Amino acid sequence: MSVADSVGTATAAPAEVTVDASEPVGGGRHRVKEGLLAAAFLLPSTVIFVTFFYRPFFKLFDYGLYRNNASGTNQRYVGITQYRQVLTSHDFTEGLANSGKYVLFTVPAGLVLGTLLAVTANRKLRGIKFFQTVFSSTVATSVAVASVIFYVLINPQVGVFQVDWLANPHLALFAVSLSSMWQNLGLSFVIVLAGLQAIPEEVLEAATLDGFGPVRRFLRVTLPLLSPVLMFLIVVLTVFAFQAFAQIDILTQGGPTAGDTETLVYKIFQMQSPGKIGAGSVLALGLFGVTLFVTLVQFLILDKRVHYGN
Amino acid sequence: MTAAARAGRSSKITRNAGSYLLLVVLAGVVLFPVYMTLVRALSTPVKYINAGSPPYPVAVQWDVFQRAYREAGLGPQMVRSLVATLIIVGGQVVTSVLAAYAFVYLRFPFKRIVFGVFMATLMLPLEVTLIGNVETMRSLKWFDSFQGLTAPFLATAFGTFLIRQGMLGIPREIRDAARLDGYGHLAFLRRFAIPLIRPVLGSFVLISFLGAWNQYLWPRAITDRRSFDTVQIGIADLLSSRPESANIAVAGALIAAAPIIVLLIFFQRHIVRGLTAGAVKG
Repeated sequence: MSVADSVGTATAAPAEVTVDASEPVGGGRHRVKEGLLAAAFLLPSTVIFVTFFYRPFFKLFDYGLYRNNASGTNQRYVGITQYRQVLTSHDFTEGLANSGKYVLFTVPAGLVLGTLLAVTANRKLRGIKFFQTVFSSTVATSVAVASVIFYVLINPQVGVFQVDWLANPHLALFAVSLSSMWQNLGLSFVIVLAGLQAIPEEVLEAATLDGFGPVRRFLRVTLPLLSPVLMFLIVVLTVFAFQAFAQIDILTQGGPTAGDTETLVYKIFQMQSPGKIGAGSVLALGLFGVTLFVTLVQFLILDKRVHYGN
Repeated sequence: MTAAARAGRSSKITRNAGSYLLLVVLAGVVLFPVYMTLVRALSTPVKYINAGSPPYPVAVQWDVFQRAYREAGLGPQMVRSLVATLIIVGGQVVTSVLAAYAFVYLRFPFKRIVFGVFMATLMLPLEVTLIGNVETMRSLKWFDSFQGLTAPFLATAFGTFLIRQGMLGIPREIRDAARLDGYGHLAFLRRFAIPLIRPVLGSFVLISFLGAWNQYLWPRAITDRRSFDTVQIGIADLLSSRPESANIAVAGALIAAAPIIVLLIFFQRHIVRGLTAGAVKG
């Protein structure tokens, strides 16, 4: 999944402001013509969304009812049983636990480091643009590139630092997540910096005049004003963490012993072969449910604590 | 200069020195992995390990980039990635501009519902629909093909949303004046709407390029390693097939990242605007 799509996931969440520039002029025939034009304009997107988003999604519910043989030539209806079995299976709980850990490793780190970089680079200094470019540079790296870089850094046999983290069942997932923490720096920085720059200078000056020191001003004024942006960042980073795949595919292939670093998406990926489609579909629906739930909870809990200005 | 002013200036200099120190340290932390990777890529593997993995290159081999490019087949992979990326970016721009125009300027029944259905696709990421989409590709026989690599990404809710926001920012007077001058919808779209949202469009094109070029999960699922690799899969493959020549894989990774780094240097402002759309109001 790309940066843009995931950023979009969070973008769509804020309450929709309906502004409409279409004109209430013209008679019946005019309206029909306009409707036809609209249909023609919406058709290309609609075809893609139906074929590659909605249809495969609704198909999952159906696939989940059947069990196939290895070649997919013979299928047997097993009904809701398969849902119960898969969602209570070790595969699902292990994948969920690993995905959850990945969230815990990468999201707080992204928040703290992104804020640190942004606060440091949000100054009027000569050459600050250079530092801003450096700090945002990791948005240019793909997950594959970041993973190759960390492979070379920490691989037990050929790495620059020959640590055995990737070979240690207890440390492997954390070691994998280091690559994500590094890769997320750029996006976190860019988002928090945009938030900082949107804070009106008068507000900060007023706080200084009221005798706030830099630390107190940051904690009592800047941070609350920044909270909607930080909330946006939490959602984006959480979505990223739940989608972690390439890092694991490249760095550990789910190991060191099978399952240690298998996230939900990694497990789903392994179940595309015809014989495993049924169980894989239930896992995919599980992933959908979990991300939906987590996103909703984040909005409900964090929304109360977030300061949205007026 | 008064003593007070001089004191103020010197304290400003010390304060700036502190800021610069912190900036340099943080820049070092961000760039350290890339630097060490570069060191490792340029060094002769065994000699580097035997030298105790120092923070500088050992027995430099400058041809490692050429070798990654030639031996690893990075050339054809880069071309394949570029073609797929351009198809995706072009497709996304066309479908998103048309859909956004309909949502902003055209009247049609159930507009809010249709908009909701479009935006809800954001809740259906590829990770969730993967199995269903792979089945679709199986029945269409689209494995190892450009249509397979690109078709699922030819429309995007994110792009539609972004471009719609841009169009909503066009002053109403311009639309009214164009209408009075007799411009129909197609002419208005081409002559006014698209030129006026060029900055938004620019940001979107860059973000879309970034996403398409960096894809991993989908090409990994529907292309066979070797025969139809994109560059991202290629560098991962290089690593897993020959871990001992990690220096070549990492040189390949740096080549794969190069086009995006060039884009970032030249268009940083536009990329940042695209990435932060939605994070900050206004």
